[in-house]
Amino acid sequence: MKNTPTLSLHVPEPKARPGDPCDFSHIALSEPGAIGRPDIHAKALETVEQAYGLIRVLDKKGKAVGPWNPKADPETLKRGLKAMILTRAFDDRMFRQQRQGKTSFYMKCLGEEAIACAQALVLEKDDMCFPTYRQQGLLITRGYPLVDMMNQIYSNAQDPIKGRQLPIMYSAREFGFFTISGNLGTQYPQAVGWAMASAYRGDSKIAAAYIGDGSTAEGDFHAACTFASVYRAPVILNIVNNQWAISSFQGIAGGLNTTFASKGLGYGLPSLRVDGNDFLAVLGATQWAADRARANLGATMIEFFTYRSEGHSTSDDPARYRPADEPKTWPLGDPIERLKQHLILLGQWDEDQHKAAQDDAAAQVRAAGKEAEAVGTLGQSKPSIKEMFEDVFATEDWRIRRQRQEVGV
Amino acid sequence: MAVMNMIQAINSGLDVAMTRDPDVLTFGEDVGYFGGVFRATEGLQKKHGLTRCFDAPINEAGIVASAVGMATFGLKPVVEIQFADYIYPGYDQIVSEAAKMRYRSAGDFTCPMVLRTPYGGGIFGGQTHSQSPESLFTHISGLKTVIPSNPYDAKGLLISAIEDPDPVLIFEPKRIYQGPFDGWHDRPVSPWAKHPLAEVPEDYYTVPLGKARIAREGADLTILAYGTMVWVAIAGAEEAGVDAEVIDLRSLVPLDIETIVASVSKTGRCVILHEAPMTSGYGAELSALVQEACFYQLEAPIARVAGWDTPYPHAHEWDYFPGPKRVAAAIRKTMEG
Repeated sequence: MKNTPTLSLHVPEPKARPGDPCDFSHIALSEPGAIGRPDIHAKALETVEQAYGLIRVLDKKGKAVGPWNPKADPETLKRGLKAMILTRAFDDRMFRQQRQGKTSFYMKCLGEEAIACAQALVLEKDDMCFPTYRQQGLLITRGYPLVDMMNQIYSNAQDPIKGRQLPIMYSAREFGFFTISGNLGTQYPQAVGWAMASAYRGDSKIAAAYIGDGSTAEGDFHAACTFASVYRAPVILNIVNNQWAISSFQGIAGGLNTTFASKGLGYGLPSLRVDGNDFLAVLGATQWAADRARANLGATMIEFFTYRSEGHSTSDDPARYRPADEPKTWPLGDPIERLKQHLILLGQWDEDQHKAAQDDAAAQVRAAGKEAEAVGTLGQSKPSIKEMFEDVFATEDWRIRRQRQEVGV
Repeated sequence: MAVMNMIQAINSGLDVAMTRDPDVLTFGEDVGYFGGVFRATEGLQKKHGLTRCFDAPINEAGIVASAVGMATFGLKPVVEIQFADYIYPGYDQIVSEAAKMRYRSAGDFTCPMVLRTPYGGGIFGGQTHSQSPESLFTHISGLKTVIPSNPYDAKGLLISAIEDPDPVLIFEPKRIYQGPFDGWHDRPVSPWAKHPLAEVPEDYYTVPLGKARIAREGADLTILAYGTMVWVAIAGAEEAGVDAEVIDLRSLVPLDIETIVASVSKTGRCVILHEAPMTSGYGAELSALVQEACFYQLEAPIARVAGWDTPYPHAHEWDYFPGPKRVAAAIRKTMEG
């Protein structure tokens, strides 16, 4: 018997659980403006600082600093701010509707609005986004009708996808929004394939893929990174690191050992790690990645460092697995408040305008809600039963026809 | 004895097995501190320690594969796949690896692991939280497939599965975790507390794999069912007013063919139920077996009631779910045949 030490199994744990004081001391924040902005021709190894640091533009006072400042015109920023406010108002209403039993399920993106809303401003409407269930901001910023989103959430007779899917699993090809799968990570490599097709055709469209910190653990993440690297696919590989995968902290996905952005470096992909609550940083980083993709330079990985301020969905209570005040103590603040502060500093916005924007968003959501609820909430109204049997194939199979006839539709 | 719902019974089964054998451990997505999204592992991390009940990364292939590695080492891993709809990334590891370990190595390596996964519809979960994929696994040689229908069996079958020397998949009908839902979705469901099968010993016991349970004795017709559909079968027979014998299969592989043949030989009629789509569902296998063994005793064609051959819809939950009305119609037709 050799004199070797006894092994022990390591299982990582978060710093704080319910009842513990919040502790974000382990999070190393780069100073706003501190991280360099390489040329878009940079190779992966020239983005090491960007993949391990944190790209930030807005400082504490709301001033835009450093090379990642997108220098967007104030009108664009106001559009972004209004889109975030509208997204939050929409989430707020639909979450409450679920609580009142008007639908089966809902998921908010509270605290993460900047990512989808800013990206929608950078990407063209026909650049295809392959979202997870927390990028409703893409649809809202692109002007997709709120009432159609609600009809989908209610699975009612006007549901654009005919009652087939769980609430919020939208599909809107015309708005560059790929049909959402409830399975995790599956669409990340599909976005790469879509981008490869655009390159194959000699088109100019690019793709954007989204995955959560937790789902980077899936094998599909590896597939996406490998294909994107090998075929230099014109795709932006976004990782939304919101710290929590239902009850599992990001350490269970390997986040204590490295940054998620740094994973891209191993595949030879230029990679950025970005403050996801900093609207200007999201804009700037996305612009850089989109420019690379459009210049046929290939894929970029972007980790958006953010915080999921609500539960995973209406099905879980976050107070059971993390300190209740964690969302309030998140060191990178709230994306709406931070962009608001910036616009006020620029002299382009004030409290009255902000209040008016909130009132306008609430009114839009209320009007759409009235319209959707007039069609019906879940169970009050549904598409024809015939729809249940359609679209399995382009042409109905005899078995399905027989089953449809058995139901009498 | 204690009164338990299915989740509490499964939790108790894990607790008993972990207490008796330090080589038993459990992991899966949200399984550790949180205790699982359905609470099946609640309190186990606190009681048995961080390394015996813990969260896994979101990678079903990795969950299954690491269990295979542990099982071949000599541990008894019990892994949870959060929803059966999420099992597919782990399919290769289950089918090509766990199932074939003993055979391909001529017993040099074996894989005594258990995989638990909630399955089935009736919860407005849409296509990603409602599927019944059991027949994708019963088709694979080397896998055992178990489906409990009540708290007592859930615990006893789980302990048997953990003690079994081969890989066992347990599909847990999540619609009946809290009470024996019988398919009448517009009527209140009574909780398990009011049911005799919720009387569960707190200590060790087993329910053997491969032994069916006669859920309702009857003379006129045999219904073969498992999981939630056992309760729908009973409701369907009441709706049809027929003295049906309802057989709760408990395990699909190994299958208790003797109990099935004895019942169909007695009644001469057979209706088979499952939530999974009709085509290539486990009902096809059952139908073939009954036909082979009972052809001369059958007085009517065997009927199958199953999910439609479509993905599981959201809005049309109750148009899709094969409820007691459809079961009753099949019973009546079979009685006429």
